[in-house]
Amino acid sequence: MIEVQNIYKTFFVTHEVQALSNVSHTVNQGEVVVVIGPSGSGKSTFLRCLNRLEFADSGHIYIDGVDILSPKTNINKIREEVGMVFQSFNLFPHKTVLENLTIAQTVVRNRSKSDATEKAMLLLKKVGIHDKAGTYPAQLSGGQQQRVAIARSLAMEPKILLFDEPTSALDPEMIGEVLDVMKAVAKEGMTMVVVTHEMGFAREVADEVLFMDHGMIIEKGTPEHFFTNPEEDRTKAFLSQIL
Amino acid sequence: MSGPYLRTPGKGRSYDIFWKSVFFLGLFATIAALGWATNQVDYVWRWERIPDYFYFEKDIDITASMDGSISSIKKSGENALIIVTGEDNQSEQYEIPFSDLQVYEGDSIFVGDTLGIEKKWTMGIILEGLIVTLKVSAISIFFGIGLGLLTGLARISANPALRMTAITYIELIRGSPLLVQIFIWYFVLGTLINSLLSKFDISQVPPLWFGIASLAIFAGAYVAEIVRAGIQSVNRGQMEAARSLGMSNFNAMRHIIIPQAFRRILPPLAGQFISMIKDSSLLGVIAIRELTKATREAVSVSLQPFELWFLCAILYLILTFTFSMFVQYLEKRMVQR
Ligand SMILES: Nc1ncnc2c1ncn2[C@@H]1O[C@H](COP(=O)(O)OP(=O)(O)OP(=O)(O)O)[C@@H](O)[C@H]1O
Ligand SMILES: [Mg+2]
Repeated sequence: MIEVQNIYKTFFVTHEVQALSNVSHTVNQGEVVVVIGPSGSGKSTFLRCLNRLEFADSGHIYIDGVDILSPKTNINKIREEVGMVFQSFNLFPHKTVLENLTIAQTVVRNRSKSDATEKAMLLLKKVGIHDKAGTYPAQLSGGQQQRVAIARSLAMEPKILLFDEPTSALDPEMIGEVLDVMKAVAKEGMTMVVVTHEMGFAREVADEVLFMDHGMIIEKGTPEHFFTNPEEDRTKAFLSQIL
Repeated sequence: MSGPYLRTPGKGRSYDIFWKSVFFLGLFATIAALGWATNQVDYVWRWERIPDYFYFEKDIDITASMDGSISSIKKSGENALIIVTGEDNQSEQYEIPFSDLQVYEGDSIFVGDTLGIEKKWTMGIILEGLIVTLKVSAISIFFGIGLGLLTGLARISANPALRMTAITYIELIRGSPLLVQIFIWYFVLGTLINSLLSKFDISQVPPLWFGIASLAIFAGAYVAEIVRAGIQSVNRGQMEAARSLGMSNFNAMRHIIIPQAFRRILPPLAGQFISMIKDSSLLGVIAIRELTKATREAVSVSLQPFELWFLCAILYLILTFTFSMFVQYLEKRMVQR
């Protein structure tokens, strides 16, 4: 489903930052992969390379067998199938909750307004905020906004969902409601790559956990492996901080 | 726009009343001083004549178009029917308001003699000027917005040709005075265009359109910078979210970015167009009779400079004030949604 081969990414701002170096990984259909690692280790960059929000400098990324780094690839078509949920929600503030869910359906998928609305209401019900369809995002709590953002991605019926620290901007009491939605999505067989430090979530739904540091994948394994006997010293040090 | 804004803390009621009185006293003193000064130079204020510059009853001479004599004058309602008969028994008929008749039956008439006067309500020169100013401003605002939007988008485009064209245009226009640009449009580009047109037997472009072009293109450069700043002020997460949903750059701009930017752009945009309405007063230099030029012409024949120039300023004030009220209304409607 997702095949990443030896990608590198370097940023130049005031100085050179090697955000990713020689990262390879394969995610199979229906798998949930959790990415952990210290701040600045390249987790977001890795995730953003998967839908080409960042263009990897070298290496290959195949989504469903399509080389997304090839100039011939229509990236908009790929992104229809690869949804993304952001740390800061990024809902469209000038549109109602319902319109947030219908806009891409009508513009990108060419669905009729009524089909899009029907789909949207179904998803809002699923994430538990159908009674807020007519309000604007600013009137919702952080947890509700993030659930809308997840529903917005789901409305496109993607094959893959990417999450970049979906709960780190939330008050602690709201984290649970968002994780519950994510678990439900995972149980339905969605292929997911999730950057998060919620190890409870990882333990419950992750098929595989990646630990990143300094732009590299240091250790891979099942959640069980990370909880019981992590091998690398850096992994141990990191886990002792967050557990 | 409500919310907390910067203001020094209040200092109590009597403090307020005292300084407000100072303000109004100052205002009255200024007006009184002006009145006194005009009195000293024996200026006679004639505000009652001002309405004539908007709409007045114009006398139109009705003249004979052949030699002959008045053979009959018949009354028909308010008007008189005059029949002029020439030497070879040809005759012509004129209809003139009875009260303004200037000939009698039997009079000999030569070509060009006035038979009577017809009174007709006509637009005064100031109203005509005001209408030209309105028209020029409205058309320039329309094209200025279009041009500014396109240039603003080109300015932040990834395509170097578009970006460099936008930068060149913006810097060129913002770096030289509007007056010089108006001259260039009229004397250089205008002459060039009209000479080419006449060479190919196509009708000429009137100066008005060169005036509009100079204003619209001038405003467009400033609007472009306003648009660019507005678009860049939208959180970049908005673009990323839209693109992540598979939207093309164009659709993301159209549905997500520009609607959000527009709200922030509106106030500076209004300011820009208010300056443009005022700048249209420069167009008099290329023979466009807008409000300022019309006022100058009226002054030169009427010898009422004080009233007319005040009037001119007040009319601009009304235009710009109405415009800014309209924009405020738009803004409010958009915030409330
Ligand atoms: N757009 C960018 N421009 C310049 N440098 C960047 C950019 N994005 C990321 N970086 C740098 O790349 C490195 C990896 O960043 P990244 O955001 O991927 O880390 P992260 O693991 O997601 O960290 P965090 O947990 O803080 O989100 C960091 O040093 C960061 O400063
Ligand atoms: Mg990050």
